[in-house]
Amino acid sequence: MIFDAEILQITILSLQISAFATGISLLIGLPLGTLLALGKFWGRSFLLSMVNTGMGLPPVVVGLFVAMMLWRSGPLGDFQIIYTPLAIIIAQVLISFPVVTGLTAAALQALDPRLRLQLYGLGASRLQMIWSLWREARLPLLAALMAGFGSVISEVGASMMVGGNIRHQTRVLTTAIVLETGKGNFEIAIALGLLLLLITFLVNWALTWIQQRGARE
Amino acid sequence: MKNDALITIKDLLVKRGDKDVLRVEQLSIKRGEVLAVVGPNGAGKSTLLLTLARLLSPEQGEISFNGTQAQNESDTVYRRRIALVMQDPLLFDTSVFENVASGLRFRAKNKIEIQEKVSLWLERLGVSHLAKRRAKRLSGGEAQRVSLARALVLEPELLLLDEPFSALDPPTRASILDDLGVLLEETETTTLFVTHDLPEAVKLADRMAVVIENRLEQIGEASSLFESPANKEVARFLNHKSV
Repeated sequence: MIFDAEILQITILSLQISAFATGISLLIGLPLGTLLALGKFWGRSFLLSMVNTGMGLPPVVVGLFVAMMLWRSGPLGDFQIIYTPLAIIIAQVLISFPVVTGLTAAALQALDPRLRLQLYGLGASRLQMIWSLWREARLPLLAALMAGFGSVISEVGASMMVGGNIRHQTRVLTTAIVLETGKGNFEIAIALGLLLLLITFLVNWALTWIQQRGARE
Repeated sequence: MKNDALITIKDLLVKRGDKDVLRVEQLSIKRGEVLAVVGPNGAGKSTLLLTLARLLSPEQGEISFNGTQAQNESDTVYRRRIALVMQDPLLFDTSVFENVASGLRFRAKNKIEIQEKVSLWLERLGVSHLAKRRAKRLSGGEAQRVSLARALVLEPELLLLDEPFSALDPPTRASILDDLGVLLEETETTTLFVTHDLPEAVKLADRMAVVIENRLEQIGEASSLFESPANKEVARFLNHKSV
């Protein structure tokens, strides 16, 4: 039986894990996507193809890979982080950072290439030029952030495999839904599903509001 | 003021891949003058401008700026002595005021200075009433005026104009050209003005440089170029283009 306090705890944990994972994905994906969009180096096309492939990675495959790495007998087993929230965060970062990276690269490549020359021609340093391009592409970059968050808040396979769905420790909304469905508690599963939908809607609504405020005059 | 050279170029060669895209044996741009670079499309005019903006690296040659070798300065330090206006205004997706303030912000100028200078240059270009408007909502003429204000507010040692009027309708072009001519005269801003429009060049420039087939062929006042072109190619271009 799930009590209100437990639902609250599961909901907060889900949000914390996915927000952390999305934040880390942003820290990796924004610079990497920028490098792929603006850089000229050997292997760039190959890397871009890898990232684009990564945007469609099945979470369950990521879960399998991370579980093998973190398993007690695995290469990172000594850290003892399997079946912890950190393990779920690692798996979710692997799922969402290619999404943020790929969409960042696409957003910057969609800008007029002469904009870079214009920025340099007004005295921008390299960092100022990149910051200005991010500002110009802020609407699609916010969309990248939304897609990154959406890809992890709703995934279940990886969280189940590396988190273990342990009550009060690694149970998140998606894994709780799977559990309650398995037990035949469809009312609770549906309620949790609606809660997940509501949270996803509220987060995206907030980001969309920021995005569209930028789009208005 | 228009006697000593601000820019001196010697034996410049710019390549793209294996192809020579610009050769300049010698070129001086005098302090305070407007030098128009004219020539057919694809002749290498914009290459000269982009090289001077340090957006292209020459294969060989020397560029001295104010008597010192420009190569010794970092790209950013060098570029903060110039300002570039391109064919399309390429305004940033923010207000007109913020567009004009952008270069000053790159140079970490203080708020009061930014406010004063931006207001002054919006006024001088006749667009102060648009200060709060979003730049993407401007007409072509308004946008190019803002683009000019964004460059001139920096009080650059060298202003680089890359066909800034070619996308405008004739009345708008004439009006901006008149205003710009007055401003450049007043501020004595050294200017390199790339254009394929000879009447425009004659109107704005003190001297003209003719670039044909990737080579600087001749430089001088408009009257002397028309009277005694250096070779057949220059003569053909000037006769063909003169109106």
